Amino acid sequence: MATRTIGEHTTVTTTGVRRKRFSESYIGEWITTTDHKQLGLMYLITGFFFFVVGGMEALLIRTQLALPDGKVLSPQVYNQIFTMHGTTMIFLFVIPVLSGFGNYVVPLMLGARDMAYPRMNAFGFWLLLLGGIFMQSSFLIGQAPNGGWFMYAPLSELVAGHAFEATPHMNADFWLLGTTLLGISSITGSLNFVVTIFKLRAPGMSINRMPLFSWMILVMSFLLLFALPSLTVASVLLLLDRHMGSHFYQYGNGGDPLLWQHLFWSFGHPEVYILILPAFGIISEILPVFSRKPIFGYTFIAWSGVAIGFLSFTVWAHHMFAVGLPSIAQAFFATSTTLIAIPTAVKIFNWLATIFQGKIRLYTPMLFALGFIAMFLIGGLNGAALAVVPFDYQITDSYFVVAHIHYVLFGGTALAVFAGIYYWFPKFTGKLMDDRLGKWHFWVTFLGLNLTFFPMHIMGILGMPRRVYTYPANLGWNDLNLMASIGALIIGVGVIMFMINFIKSLKYGQPSGDDPWDAFTLEWDTTSPPKKYNFLEIPVVRSRRPFYDKKYPEHADWKSVVEH
Amino acid sequence: MRMPVFPRTKRWIALLGCLPLFSILFAACGENSPSILNTAGPVAASESGLFWIILWISVVIFILVEGILIFSIARYRERPGMPNPFQRHGNMTLELIWTVIPTLVLFVILFFTIRGLLQVAPENEPAPTAAQPRIEVTAIGHQWWWEFHYPNYNVTTADTLEVPVNATIHVNLFSNNVIHSFWVPALTGKTDLVPGHENKKWFVAEKEGTYLGICAEYCGTQHANMRFNVKVVSSDAFKSWMSTQQQAAVSPTDSLAQKGQELFKNQCASCHGIVGVNVKQYYDTQKECTDAPGGKANGTPECQLGPNLTHFGSRSLIAGGVLDNNADKCNPNNPNLLQECNLAKWLKDPQGVKPGNDMAIGELTNDQIQQLVAYLEGLK
Repeated sequence: MATRTIGEHTTVTTTGVRRKRFSESYIGEWITTTDHKQLGLMYLITGFFFFVVGGMEALLIRTQLALPDGKVLSPQVYNQIFTMHGTTMIFLFVIPVLSGFGNYVVPLMLGARDMAYPRMNAFGFWLLLLGGIFMQSSFLIGQAPNGGWFMYAPLSELVAGHAFEATPHMNADFWLLGTTLLGISSITGSLNFVVTIFKLRAPGMSINRMPLFSWMILVMSFLLLFALPSLTVASVLLLLDRHMGSHFYQYGNGGDPLLWQHLFWSFGHPEVYILILPAFGIISEILPVFSRKPIFGYTFIAWSGVAIGFLSFTVWAHHMFAVGLPSIAQAFFATSTTLIAIPTAVKIFNWLATIFQGKIRLYTPMLFALGFIAMFLIGGLNGAALAVVPFDYQITDSYFVVAHIHYVLFGGTALAVFAGIYYWFPKFTGKLMDDRLGKWHFWVTFLGLNLTFFPMHIMGILGMPRRVYTYPANLGWNDLNLMASIGALIIGVGVIMFMINFIKSLKYGQPSGDDPWDAFTLEWDTTSPPKKYNFLEIPVVRSRRPFYDKKYPEHADWKSVVEH
Repeated sequence: MRMPVFPRTKRWIALLGCLPLFSILFAACGENSPSILNTAGPVAASESGLFWIILWISVVIFILVEGILIFSIARYRERPGMPNPFQRHGNMTLELIWTVIPTLVLFVILFFTIRGLLQVAPENEPAPTAAQPRIEVTAIGHQWWWEFHYPNYNVTTADTLEVPVNATIHVNLFSNNVIHSFWVPALTGKTDLVPGHENKKWFVAEKEGTYLGICAEYCGTQHANMRFNVKVVSSDAFKSWMSTQQQAAVSPTDSLAQKGQELFKNQCASCHGIVGVNVKQYYDTQKECTDAPGGKANGTPECQLGPNLTHFGSRSLIAGGVLDNNADKCNPNNPNLLQECNLAKWLKDPQGVKPGNDMAIGELTNDQIQQLVAYLEGLK
């Protein structure tokens, strides 16, 4: 007769000790797991690993550009590095890390025991890892993608009817196949989120009561589902052009290079919101908890996220104002871009109202969340400048755009990711991260990012184009570039501080208890870290702050609040 | 006891002190830059003029939002004995206010956007008048240099676009390879050269001078070194320049340059045209080559891959804008020719000056370089 002890990975029989199965060993458990929490952590660690890889690529870029006429990298290598920096950060850092948070936190927030399709979840993760390694392996044979993360045809074609330099080697193939693999991974992940959110919510957790992070993950998932096919189609057509003799993007044979741009940005612009919406969600979770107030204007924040989702499919050609579209089309895309700025502005005001008149506890997660608002605002304002089409003719494809995307994706998403890690680290491990070192990490990062990215606005205004491997010394760009390079090093120091803090806290961190932040949502209404089954009993939800209701029954939201 | 609004005053003073730092940087860095704010014509002035409107609106919003943020953090930071805040969930009136106000501001900006967009659109190019004639130019993007063809004058040149002041310059944008982008920050914003698309743009230069042009769309290995000059001259100077350009290249008289000419015929003429050396009807053939699709491809025997060098000595930039054509240092008798003359450096080691470019020249001896420099710099 065999008896099995729960929590111990051995099976005891009456006759002796059976050999452990592979899936019961430490390594085997990680490899074979279908648990959303373990997969979430694996997503996070993988994403962070690629963040370091992409960061090294960024440091190489900044080393090359620190001084004029830089000789650190050859132009061929530089072009591979800047392409892979963008590709790595977008496809291998931001999306996996955000999916990691989603995987870990969403089922817990909703009061579910796992994701809807646990095995598909594991499949999605392993495909991501495969795709990431596949893409980076291109460096081993010196043929990393070199066409920019936007991979414009016809530069990304194999050859064309005319003698010019395109991409005769495998560089572009790595990118096209790699993003297709990652696309499949994201599609499985998104389907899983959609079904989990629609079907596995705890009793009483209506859509209208879901935490805002789950809302934003839901919108992100729909965006991925509808946007990715466009990229996959574009990539497959380009692969056909490259290897099967078709001419989709070759003008000499009736194709059109602009077809690539339309297809790519039909994916690429929703993609930008895919990268930022879950960050909005993280911020909307952290601000209320550390202000001791509910989120201000839940309905407006949730529906402005949905509005951004819809509008994000109508703005793609604002990446293409310089390609010579008819004036009427440019006016249309200027208008849709104006519209999408409105829900974004609404969110910022709601966040301000959330902390206003609160009781603000400035722990590290809150510091990063507040830093997010301060920096994302800059990314919003310079983004609005880019929507002014005639001005855009001057600053598109200049360093001004580089400043814009980094204020949005580093000042925005990356700060939100750090906020999320500091916030949920106790949930993942049962230990607190060092708050003092965390604050150092914040201020160093804050200084570094402004020193790196603010001068880029000025470089753009002074006429410096982007994607250049070097620049001459006599054009007045030297000091600004040196500043940016020093800033990048400071960001690097910040990342090292974070890693030290992470590893140190993992080993020696203070025990956090189950609910260190006195939080409001269900993921804290269980042990930290949670058991495999998440909740012993599935909680019953009566308002948007179920755990707050449970802890403060006399002030419970369901007694007083009308939910719009 | 009432709490002070800002418990730590000194910090805010330090923060405020940092703000002027950036404006100083702004002023100090821009002197020799192709800044979009030093405009020399109405198109760029209209485009860049919007910068100040957006900047001021942004500064107001920035101060407002960051002000509320910093005030809230300072004022509502947890202090001992602070009671729990009132649990406010939202306020419909406030929500409407901060939805409507940004909407209004954004639509004011949108008004300027669309008005400015139409002002500089190709369809609103001013009609030619006696005071403001129209000059047509075709800008051809190569990897990685610019070719300029004046169809009404049958003149082709490279690296420097020479135009008269106060004329409407109509630019046809043409590429038969990858996508490039035509950008002269002082004169006009960007329009891409998309293969298969007949993009056009126009600009007017109101001040004489030389303005830097830049390829702004990533176009391969040497995207960073694809610059050109726009040289704006008086109407008379333009006419005399043009009449020189329309003449065939002069035959060299001194023996050094004659040797250089022979060398050129053997080593360079398969890629570079010099009208008067090549027997081919250069302009007609080249026009056919660039009139793809359907035309002959660049690189086929009739079509020349490199720039036409007929009046090379009169140009201000060489090698796709990487080097100045410093003719004063290029006297063939200069003992330091190889160190000082940019053309000599370029001929000696084109791959070192501009790695990855298509210049397929064999190793030249110092004597040969001297001969070629004498010949090419003599082509005024």
